[in-house]
Order: sequence, then structure tokens, then C-alpha cells
Amino acid sequence: MSTIGTPELLFLLRGLGWTLLLTAIGFVGGIVFGLVVALVRVARRRWLRNIAVGWIAIFQGTPLLMQLFVVYFGLPLFGVTVPAWGAVAIALTAHASAYLGEIWRGAIQAVPLGQAEAAHALGIKYRSLMRDIILPQAFRLSLPATIGFLVQLLKGTSLAAIVGFIELTRAGQIVSNQTFKPLIVFGIVGGLYFLLCWPLSLWGSRMERRMARDRR
Amino acid sequence: MNLDFGVVWARWPELLMGLGGTLFLALSGMVLALMIGVLGVAVRRSGNRIGSALVIAFVELIRNTPFLVQIFFIFFALPLAGVRLNPTVTAIIALGVNGGAYAIEIIRGGVESIPKGQTEAGLALGLRPGEIFRRIILKPALRAVFPSLSSQFILLTLTTSIATSISAYELTSVAQRIDGDTFRSFEVYFTITAMYLALSWFIMSLFAVITRTVFTYPTR
Repeated sequence: MSTIGTPELLFLLRGLGWTLLLTAIGFVGGIVFGLVVALVRVARRRWLRNIAVGWIAIFQGTPLLMQLFVVYFGLPLFGVTVPAWGAVAIALTAHASAYLGEIWRGAIQAVPLGQAEAAHALGIKYRSLMRDIILPQAFRLSLPATIGFLVQLLKGTSLAAIVGFIELTRAGQIVSNQTFKPLIVFGIVGGLYFLLCWPLSLWGSRMERRMARDRR
Repeated sequence: MNLDFGVVWARWPELLMGLGGTLFLALSGMVLALMIGVLGVAVRRSGNRIGSALVIAFVELIRNTPFLVQIFFIFFALPLAGVRLNPTVTAIIALGVNGGAYAIEIIRGGVESIPKGQTEAGLALGLRPGEIFRRIILKPALRAVFPSLSSQFILLTLTTSIATSISAYELTSVAQRIDGDTFRSFEVYFTITAMYLALSWFIMSLFAVITRTVFTYPTR
């Protein structure tokens, strides 16, 4: 039995670093592929739309933990060898692409139809219509929900602990087993997550209130 | 590639039992979450400043920390408080507490959308405050927020898989046992992923039925 001193706290902070890195990879990857999912989801061709609908339904209808497990154990079967953090990053990216894709689908469809019609009447092509007219407005509309999902994703990285990857929660488990002080350790770990998530949540809800006021 | 689903499907009775365990965790968690949600909103509307502040702190604390950390904390905190419970009951409490924090925010949104005149009409008719809250505020509020509440409860259902970390009885822990016996990790988790998908569709249609039967008044 030992006490919680500087080495333990440094170990937790190193875990925190991995948590932040996993969140960043998942979020950036999720933005790129989520944009693809959103655009395919509002495509003109029905079969394309159906693919995106299926992708979203699978990721929103199964636990994130299972998505991690299937990718983690599935990649080697297909001859892909990646380190644990790589498998987790891929799973988080795919997960984020489905959720962000659905959020942005809603935002794209919330942009008034007249905008697209006006662009069409002016002879503006699809690329420019999306890039210059629809997406900038949709992005603004979707910001509160996107920030909400970022908080969700940050908390979700904790599940990497269950596949054995040493991020913040797994680091907490290890320190807790060494020191036999689970309440203090998980109190610190929870506090660190809270310090990261709470400002984001406040930012998101303040923006949501401001947008609701502007609409009135 | 060398896949063998046979050894996994041979264990179907255990998998089905595990699915039952997951459904039980999910439904119990939902009931507890709903109770915490209604209680939290009642406290916030009671006008008690300390009570309101505690509810707000609870909601923010739970919504901004991972479920895995919460379930570990509760798992280790209960015995220290002299409460000995089996892991499955502990998981239900953790799910209820987590879902309850989200339910408070959702139900509060619905309650705030009820026009004040409705409460005043209840007062004018001589209803007691408790009756006004139950019949005039809560019921239409629940109807208004039922769609958000159901998607939150689908999330709760998916969250039950994390209860495997404290060895509660549910589908993921059953799968981990089968994985340990057969070393067919991908096949096991792929199979139960499909089972989770079927379960969430089942619960979604359950909610659709509730919407059509319970929340159709006064249109029918």
C-alpha cells in the first residue's frame, strides 16, 4: 500500500495526455468523415442516401464499447496490424463520423430550401452551392450540437480503458489498485474529466441560448 | 482469414440469457432514471434554493464525467458507506443516476414549456399543488419531451455494456466469458453487436407503441 504522491499524479497526467490525443484524433477524423457521411446522407441518389442511413443506424444502435471491440479484434483478422491506440482511434473516428454526420444532416436540412433554389436559379453548381452557401450556414446552426458531441466523445475515450489502453481512466484504475484508495483516485480522475468537459458544455449551452434568442 | 462462428453460436443459451440481463439492466435503469428525473425537477421547482443548487450541481457533475468513472466510483463508494450490493444492482444504480441527470434536464425543458396560465387555471379550480404538478404540469410535459427522453433511454440501453467493467450480469460480460473460453474474440463481439442492434430497434419500437397508446390524448 502506498500513498498518492507526485509519481502517481504524473502517471495520471500522462494518461490525461493520451485521453486528449485520442479525443483530438477522433474529433478531427470524425469531422472529415462526418462531412462525407452528411453529404452522402443528403445526396440526390436514393441508394447513396441509404448507405449513409445504414452507417448512421449501425453506429447509433450499438454500444461504443462493441465498436471498439469489433475494430480492435477485427483489424488483425483482415491482416491489418495496428497498435492498440490506432485501433481505438479508428473506432472513435468511425463512431464520430456517424454521429457528426447525423448532426450535420439535420443542420443542412435546416437551411431554408429557398437558398438552394436561388443558387440553382443563378446557375451555381453543386460544389459551390455546398461550399459557399449551404455548409457555412449549416455549420453555424450545428455548433451547439457539435460541441455537445465533442463532450460525448471525450467521455467516450474512457472506454479505451476496457481494451487495456492506458488513457486517463485506465491510469486511474492502475493507481487505484496500487494505492487502495479508489475514491480519492477516481475522484481526481473524475475531476480532471469535469475540468475538461464542463467549460465545453457551458460554451455549447450558452451558444444554444443565444441562437434561440436570435431566432425570436 | 479464418472465421469460426460455430463455437460462438453453440453458446446461444448463454447469449440469450445475457441479452435478458441487458434488457433487465436497461429497463430498471430507465425506471430509476425517470424517478430521479421527476424528483429532481420537483425539487428545482419547489423554490428551495439549497435543493435547487444541489440538483444543478448533480446534473453538471454527472453530465461532464464518463459513465465508466461514475460506475467505478459508486462500486467502490457503496461498500465504504456500509452498503453491500451485488454488481448487477450496483450497475442499475449507476445507470439510474447517470440517466437521471439527463432526464432532469430533459423533463425540466418540457415543464418550462407548459404555459403559466395552465397552473393558474388549476389553482383557480382548487387543485392542490401536488395535483397541479402531477396532472397539469408533469403529464403534458412528459408528452412533449417523450421523443428526447426515448433517445436518451436508447443511449442508456447501449451504456449497459459498460457494466461489464464491474462484472454485472449482462450481454457484454457473457461475451467476455465466451471470448475467454474460445479465443474467438471477433466472432463473439460481432455477434453480440448484432444482438445490441436488434435490442435497440426493439426498444425503439416499444417507445413508438407507447407514443401511440399513452401519449395520444387529447387528440383521441
